[in-house]
Amino acid sequence: MANGATPVSTTAHVASGQADPDVLSDAARLDAYRTMVLVRALDERCISLQRQGRIGFYAPHSGQEAALVGSALALEADDWIFPAYRELAVALTRGASLRAIVDQLFATSGDLCKGRQMPNHFAFRDQHYVSASSPIGTQISRAVGAGMAARYRRSPIVTIAYFGDGATSSNDFHAGLNFAGVFRAPTIFLCQNNAWAISLPRDRQTRSATLAMKAEAYGFPGIVVDGNDLHAVHAAVRHARARAVAGEGPTLIEAQVYRLGPHSTSDDPHRYRSDAQVEAARRNDPVHRLRSELVAAGLLDEAADTHLWEDARAAIAEVVHQVEATPPVDPLSLFEDVFARPTPRLEEERAQCAATQPGAGSGAP
Amino acid sequence: MSELTLVQAVHGALQQAMRQDPDVIVLGEDVGVNGGVFRATEGLLKEFGAERVLDTPLSETGIVGSAIGMALYGLKPVAEIQFLDFIYPAFDQIVSELAKMRYRSGGQFPCHVVVRAPYGGGIKGGLYHSQSTEAFFCHTAGLKVIVPSTPADAKGLLLTAIADEDPVIFLEPKRIYRSVTGEVPDGDYRVPFGEARTVREGTDVSLFAYGAMVPPTVEAASALEGEGISAEVIDLRSLVPLDEDAVLASVQRTGRAVVVHEAARFCGFGAELAAVLAEKAFYSLKAPIARVTGYDTPFPYALENVYLPGPERITAAARAAVRAS
Repeated sequence: MANGATPVSTTAHVASGQADPDVLSDAARLDAYRTMVLVRALDERCISLQRQGRIGFYAPHSGQEAALVGSALALEADDWIFPAYRELAVALTRGASLRAIVDQLFATSGDLCKGRQMPNHFAFRDQHYVSASSPIGTQISRAVGAGMAARYRRSPIVTIAYFGDGATSSNDFHAGLNFAGVFRAPTIFLCQNNAWAISLPRDRQTRSATLAMKAEAYGFPGIVVDGNDLHAVHAAVRHARARAVAGEGPTLIEAQVYRLGPHSTSDDPHRYRSDAQVEAARRNDPVHRLRSELVAAGLLDEAADTHLWEDARAAIAEVVHQVEATPPVDPLSLFEDVFARPTPRLEEERAQCAATQPGAGSGAP
Repeated sequence: MSELTLVQAVHGALQQAMRQDPDVIVLGEDVGVNGGVFRATEGLLKEFGAERVLDTPLSETGIVGSAIGMALYGLKPVAEIQFLDFIYPAFDQIVSELAKMRYRSGGQFPCHVVVRAPYGGGIKGGLYHSQSTEAFFCHTAGLKVIVPSTPADAKGLLLTAIADEDPVIFLEPKRIYRSVTGEVPDGDYRVPFGEARTVREGTDVSLFAYGAMVPPTVEAASALEGEGISAEVIDLRSLVPLDEDAVLASVQRTGRAVVVHEAARFCGFGAELAAVLAEKAFYSLKAPIARVTGYDTPFPYALENVYLPGPERITAAARAAVRAS
C-alpha cells in the first residue's frame, strides 16, 4: 500500500530514509508529538461530537499527522498556506489556537469565519492560512498565483498547497502545476497521498506509477516521501523551500500516508476497504512511530506519554465546554462580508430579515 | 478629452491604472506580445514589462485561480478571458472561490480581482464567440457585474473596477469595440458603480438596455419619436449593484417598460428587472412589461441577425406597450 518506505520517483530524489534525524531539535520533536497527540485526540472527540449531533460534520486527520506537522515545521512564519479541509494540524503548528479551531467547528459567534462554512474549512489570517473550500484542488492554482505575487514583491517566502491524491485528477492540479513550471513560482505542492479519495483507491485515480512523477511533465522535480516519517517530510519541505526561495522554482512532494479514519463523518469506509488493510496500515501509525522514536531517545516514557494524552483530552474538554457556552452567530451577520460595503439590495434584504426573523433586530415578532 | 473607440478606452484605463499603481498586473492569453486578440492590451508589455503583463498558458482556471492568489497576496490583478464563451473552465474559481472568499473567511481574506471578458454577438462568431451569459454572474452573490456601452463609460467604469475592493466581472461589448467612438476624459476618470445613465429622456415608455444593446435601443427611440412616441432610454451600465432607484423613477414617470438584452430570455437579467418593476412599480404600470431579448436557443451562426434584438423588434415592443393603454 501507500506506506512503503522505498518508493521511487522518476525525478529521482528520494527523501525517505535519507532525512537527517537531527534537523528537528529534541524540543521540536516533543512539541511535534504533543501537537500530533492533540490532533489525534481532537479527531476522536469530534467524531463523537458529530455522532451526538453537537457539531454538523468532521473530517478526521488520523494517519496524516506526521505529514501535516512535519511540513508545517519546515515553513517560516511569512510563508502562505493554501489548505484543503484536512489540515488543522498545520494551523495549530503555526499558532492558531485550539479555541479558534473549535469555535469554527461549532460555528459560534467566536468563529473567525462567522459561522459561514462547514467544519474543517478554516481561515486564519494571522497564520497566513488561507480560507479553504470544498471543491477539490482549486487551492493549487491560487497558491501559485500568491507565489508569483510574492516573487513580484521580492518577498523571500514560499507558498504551499496541500491536497490529496484525488486532487491530482482535478483541473487546477494541472493548471496550477503548469503555471508554476512556466512562471517558476516559489510554490511547494504537498500531496498527501492517503490511498483513498473517498472510495476510490489510489491505483484507480491515475495509471502513473507515482503521483510525484507527474511533476516531471511540468518541468520540475517530484519527490516521494514516507509521510509517516516526521523527519522525512520535514526534510523534503525544507529542501523544496530552499529551492523555491533560491529562485529554482516549484517542487511536488508526494507524502505517502494512509487515511486511518473515514473520509468524513458522512462516510462509511467498510463499503470499500477491508479492516485488515486498515489494521496493516496502523502498524505505520505516525503518532505511534514518533512515540517509539522519542521513547528510544529517552525523551519520553510511558508515564509522561499518558500524562500528555490526558492533558490533550482535558484541554479539548475545557475548550468544548467554553465554546458550547459561546453565543450563536447574529442572524443579521448573514448580510456582512458579501461585499466590502453592502449594496442597496443587501440593505433592503437585511431590513426584511430583521422584520421577519425571530431573534433578529427590533422587528422580530 | 480624446476621441476614442471603446476598445481604445479600455486600453487607456488599463494603462492609466498600471501607471498609477505598481500593484496592478494584467494577465491572460495573448495579452503580452500580441497585445490581446482585440488589442485591448497593445503596448502594455513594452511599457510595463513581463513581470506585470503576463502571457499565460491556455487555461482559464489557471488564469483566474492564479489571479485570486495574487489578489490574496495584495496585488490588483486584471485577468482577461479572451471571450466570455471561454470562461467556463474558470467558472469554479469565479463562482466557488472568488465570489465567496471574503464572505466565507468572515472578512479575513478579501479578494479583489477584475475579470475582463469581451461578450456578445453580432460579429459572426457563432456559438462560441457570441454569448451573453451575464446572468450566471449576476446570480452569484459576491460578484459585481459591469457592462459599459460607451468609450467614456468603458474607461471610467474599468478604472472604478480596478480601484474597487470587490471582485468585478467586467463585460466588454465587442460588437461595438470599434464601431462606437466618443469623447473620453483624460487621466484617472472614474464612473461610479450602481448608477444608471439616462441616454435620452422620454415620457411615454422606458427602454432599458446595456452594453451592445444600447445603440439599437437609441435607434428605436429615434424611430418612435417619428411616430409621436416619446421613449426614455436608460443604460443600466451596472447590473450588480443595480440602480433600482433610476429604474423605478423612470417607470413611475412613463408607466411603461421594455427591457432589452441579447442574452436568452428565460431567467435572463430582464426577468429580474421585470420582477423589480412588478414588485415596486406595479401601480405605475399602464401596460405589461415587455422583454426584447435573444431567443431561448443556442446562439446561432447563420441566423444571428434573427436572434439578436434590433431596432425593429424594440420599436414594435414599445409601440405595443403604448397602444396597450
